[in-house]
Amino acid sequence: MWKTVLRRVLIMIPQLILLSIIVFMLAKMMPGDPFTGLINPNSSPKEIARLKQAYGLNDPVPVQYVRWIKNLLHGDLGQSYIQHVPVASLIADRAQNTFWLSLLSTIFLYGIAIPMGISAGKHEGEWQDRAISVFNYVTYAIPGFVFYLLGLWLFGFTLGWFPISGTVAANASGFWGVFFSRLQHMILPAILYAIIATTGTVQYLRTGIIDNKVEDYVKTARSKGVPEKVVFNKHILRNSFLPIAAFMGNTITGLLGGSLIIETVFSFPGMGKLFLDSISQRDYTTLTALIMIFGTLTLLGNLLSDIIMSLVDPRIRVK
Amino acid sequence: MDNQQNVLLDVEKLHTGYRLQGEFYDAADGIGFTLKCNEILAIVGESGCGKSTIVSSIVGLYDRKNTRVEGEIRYKNLNLVNLSEDLFNQVRGNNIGMIFQDPMASLNPLMKVGDQVAEALLYHTDMNKQQRRDRVIELFNQVGMPKPEAMYDMYPHELSGGLRQRVVIAMAVACKPEIIIADEPTTALDVTIQAQILDLLKKIQKESDSGIILITHDLGVVAETADEVAVMYAGQIVEKADVKTLFTHPLHPYTRSLLNSIPQSDGDKDDLHVIQGTVPSLKNMPRTGDRFAARIPWIPAEAHEVDPQLHEVEPNHFVRCTCWKTFHFQDEG
Ligand SMILES: Nc1ncnc2c1ncn2[C@@H]1O[C@H](COP(=O)(O)OP(=O)(O)O)[C@@H](O)[C@H]1O
Ligand SMILES: [Mg+2]
Repeated sequence: MWKTVLRRVLIMIPQLILLSIIVFMLAKMMPGDPFTGLINPNSSPKEIARLKQAYGLNDPVPVQYVRWIKNLLHGDLGQSYIQHVPVASLIADRAQNTFWLSLLSTIFLYGIAIPMGISAGKHEGEWQDRAISVFNYVTYAIPGFVFYLLGLWLFGFTLGWFPISGTVAANASGFWGVFFSRLQHMILPAILYAIIATTGTVQYLRTGIIDNKVEDYVKTARSKGVPEKVVFNKHILRNSFLPIAAFMGNTITGLLGGSLIIETVFSFPGMGKLFLDSISQRDYTTLTALIMIFGTLTLLGNLLSDIIMSLVDPRIRVK
Repeated sequence: MDNQQNVLLDVEKLHTGYRLQGEFYDAADGIGFTLKCNEILAIVGESGCGKSTIVSSIVGLYDRKNTRVEGEIRYKNLNLVNLSEDLFNQVRGNNIGMIFQDPMASLNPLMKVGDQVAEALLYHTDMNKQQRRDRVIELFNQVGMPKPEAMYDMYPHELSGGLRQRVVIAMAVACKPEIIIADEPTTALDVTIQAQILDLLKKIQKESDSGIILITHDLGVVAETADEVAVMYAGQIVEKADVKTLFTHPLHPYTRSLLNSIPQSDGDKDDLHVIQGTVPSLKNMPRTGDRFAARIPWIPAEAHEVDPQLHEVEPNHFVRCTCWKTFHFQDEG
C-alpha cells in the first residue's frame, strides 16, 4: 500500500517539473514584466534596465527558471503586480475562503445527491425515479450562471434572505458572530451550486444501483437469507458507490480550486474569482502561481482518488 | 416403496409465469416431482426450458411484481409458494442452500470470501464472531480449500474459478441445509475442475444425508452424479426415471435426441446428432399439443397425443405423450 503511494508520488515529480516548465514558458511569453505598473512611467529606460539587471531578468532563461523554482519551493510566489502584496499571502487568504465555501457546497451536494441517487435507483421506473430524472434534466440544461443569477435575484435581492456578496458582515464580532455571518454568506451560493452540480453523482449512483441489484452476488446474498435491507445497504449500495469514490480525491482537492462562476456571481473573494481577476487585470505573477497550484491540485487529486479507490476496492489494491 | 418420511420436497402442479407486455406466460407449466433425502435429482434440458425458473420458484428469488407462482411446493409442513419474504429468509440458507452457475459473478467483489460465508451463519445461528470464523475455516477444510485459515481473508478476485465455486459451496452448506439446489454449478468451469466440483457435491451429500437438486444441460454431468433424472422441455417435464433406466431405456424423443447428441469418446463423429431447431421463446411456446413436435417434423401428427399427459409406463418411469412408441430418428427412415 505505502509502496504504491510512494511510487505514485515519485511519478508525480516529473509531471510537476513538466507542468512548471510549461507554466514558466507561458509566463515568459506574456506581455509585461514585474515592473509594469510598479514604476513611474517617467522612469528613464536606463533606470528600467538597471532594475531588470538587479532582478535578474537579463539572465539566461534556464537560470531564471531555476531561481523561480527555488523561490516556489520556499513558498515565495512573487509579488502581485497589481495589488502590491506577496502572491502567497493573497492566495492564502482566498484559498481559505474558497475552502470553506467549497466544503459547505460539497456537504450540500452529497446531502442532496446521494439520497436522490439512492431513491431513483431503488425505485427505478416509479414516480420517484421519474421526478428525479426531470430534476436532473432541468438542472443539467440550465447554465450555471443563469441559475446562480436567478437564485441571487430571488433569495438575495427580492426576498432578502441572504447577503448578496462578500464573506462576512462588517459589523460581525466575536467568534460566533463572525462564524454565523460567514455561514450566512456562504449558504446561498453553496446550496445553489450543490443543486446544479448533482446530475453526475445522482446518475452514477442510480445506474450503479440498477446495475448492481441484478448482479449474481446479490442473488447469492439473498439465497443466504440475508434480509433485503441488509442486501441493499451492505451489498448493492457499497458496490454502487465505487464510481463516486473514483472522483472523491479530485472532489477533495477541488475544494481549494473554487468555482469561477459562483464566486464571480456572488463577488465572493475566493480562488476562482482571484483567477478571473488576475486574468482581467493582467496580474501575471498571480496568474502563473494559480495555474501552478491548480495543476498541482489536479495531480494530487488523481493521486488521492487512486488511494481512495485502493482503500475501498480490493481489486485495485496493489501489494 | 416410497417412504413418505424421506420426502424433503414435494412439488405439485407448479406454474410459474413471467409478465411480458402485461400478460403472464408460464415458463414452468405444471411441474411435479419429489426430492428425497440422500438423493441427487437432476433436472436436465436445453437452455430456456425453464430449469432456473423452477429453482427461483422454490427459493422465492423472483421479482414478485412480474412473476406469478401457482401450485404447491411442500417443504415439511410449509408451502413455499408465495411465502412471505421474511419466511423465505428463514428458509433460504438455513434449510435450503443454493449454488449458482458463475462463481466469478456470484461472490461480492468487495467482501472477504470468509466473511461472505460467515454471513450465512450470522442470520441462522447464534454463534459469535470467533465461532463463525472457526466454522468457516472448518467448512473451507470440508470443501477442500488449501490453507483454509489464509483463505478466509482473501478476496474473490484472488481465487481461481474452482476455488471460488468451493467458497460458494461452503456458503451453501454452512448451516447444514437438508436441501441443496445447484443451478448449473459446473457450466462455467474448466472440464478438469468440473469433475472435482461434482465429486465434492457427491461427498457433501453423503456426509449430510441431504437431498440435492442438480440443474444442468449436460447429460454427462447427470450420468456422473444423479440418482433420479427429470428431463425438461419447454416448461414441462417430458420424462422422469432413475438414472440407470434413463440412460439404458430412454423413451421420449427429446431424451433420445439429447442422448444422441452427446459426443461418444469411442463413437464415430459422423453419428453425432444435432436436434433441429431451438427451444421456443417464452412468448412463442406452444400451449397445446406436443411441444416437441415442431423439432421432429418427420413424425406424423397422429403419433402425438392431443393433450400430452405424463404416463407411468413402468414403475417410476414417466413419459409424456405416446409418440415415443413410434418415434425414430430421421435418418433411420
Ligand atoms: N425474469 C424473467 N422474465 C421474463 N422471462 C423470463 C425470466 N426469466 C426467464 N425467462 C424466460 O423463461 C424461459 C425459461 O427460462 P429459464 O428458467 O432461465 O430456463 P433455463 O434455466 O432452463 O435455461 C426462457 O424463455 C426465458 O427467456
Ligand atoms: Mg438456467
